Amino acid sequence: MNGVHDMGGMHNMGPVLIEKDEPVFHAEWEARVYAMQRATSFHGKWNTDMSRFARERMPPVAYLAATYYERWLFGLQTLLVEQGLVAADELATGRATTKAGETALRASDVAARMRGRLSARVAADVPPKFKPGESVVARRINPVGHTRLPRYIRGRRGTIHIDHGVFTFPDTNAMSRDRKPQHCYNVRFTARELWGPEGTARDSVYLDLFDDYLDAA
Amino acid sequence: MGHEHDEERVREHDKPISGPALRVKALESLLVEKGLVDPKALDAIIDLYETKVGPHNGARIVARAWTDPAYKRRLLTAATAAIDEVGFGGSEGEDMVVLENAPKVHNMVVCTLCSCYPWPVLGLPPVWYKSAAYRARAVFEPRAVLKELGLELGDDVEVRVWDSTAELRYLVLPERPAGTEGWTEEQLAGLVTRDAMVGVAKVPPPKALDR
Repeated sequence: MNGVHDMGGMHNMGPVLIEKDEPVFHAEWEARVYAMQRATSFHGKWNTDMSRFARERMPPVAYLAATYYERWLFGLQTLLVEQGLVAADELATGRATTKAGETALRASDVAARMRGRLSARVAADVPPKFKPGESVVARRINPVGHTRLPRYIRGRRGTIHIDHGVFTFPDTNAMSRDRKPQHCYNVRFTARELWGPEGTARDSVYLDLFDDYLDAA
Repeated sequence: MGHEHDEERVREHDKPISGPALRVKALESLLVEKGLVDPKALDAIIDLYETKVGPHNGARIVARAWTDPAYKRRLLTAATAAIDEVGFGGSEGEDMVVLENAPKVHNMVVCTLCSCYPWPVLGLPPVWYKSAAYRARAVFEPRAVLKELGLELGDDVEVRVWDSTAELRYLVLPERPAGTEGWTEEQLAGLVTRDAMVGVAKVPPPKALDR
């Protein structure tokens, strides 16, 4: 989706301000939203890519005005209703009409579950389309669904830097739970290729991109 | 008509921003009633990320790499396993890559599309990392961002910006500061900062800390 979340290269966003001795959460509700998102994910009704896509669908004006955990709250409410864990009227009234019939994550299991490995790596024998050192061009595509190919990279030429191996493809995993396993590569783009003369000759940007985002250059 | 309309608009405007605390409380009550969350589990998750998982973990990794060349080699070639050796791993750190800073190469990490961050070694991301300003500017004008944050790099230094667009998570191995010869791993870990491990700062030499 060509949304406002795709921020790379935008102007007029102001200075980067680092807060001294910043707390992990700035309010109790932020901590609760974070914990609820983590805890409910173990019901297995959605994957990481669906979670990201839910947050991206926040209306653009609200997205830009919102804090990070307000976006998480929006995403969590969206997923709960879309995936049928909570009914829309229950969310509106705050009152449960039925039990969900799920088992809640227990406190005693938290440490192990947070330490657990849910790698997006897939043990599938999929041949790579490219080798390190090869030149590629990022496809000029505009998916209306979820994608991890930022706009500032589309149509740009880069070089395969690392083949990370076979991973779940987020675009299809977010929309239809189709993991469509394929190689994910780290690809180097020079700052000049991305930004023209405003890029510094010596500098580069490295992104992790999938076979389905790339063509041979 | 004007008055009513204004009041309505004020209420509408207040709704999304002013009441997250209330809305979150209501959502938690609902999820508890539905049997979807246990408040004690939420407390445990919060405690974990407020007290146990944080940049002090990453600092231990960096300090070990500074003092143990064999460990550093493992860290740079198979980061996830090397970090697991020290006892860290899990959500948002399943597939780690470590980037070594050097006098002529400076790495910095961003996520332009959301705010991907290596939780097991750095904890949850700070507000500046999640800000529109950092997400927009880090890939376009990294040197200007670094300068604003107090780090001016020479023209002879190559800047590499890593945009975390997939499930790989990046940790910067900063340069060991001068004046720390003979320091123990524990002493060194105390010097390493979160911002240096994201790549927007260098680890200050001990003198600078004393000042």
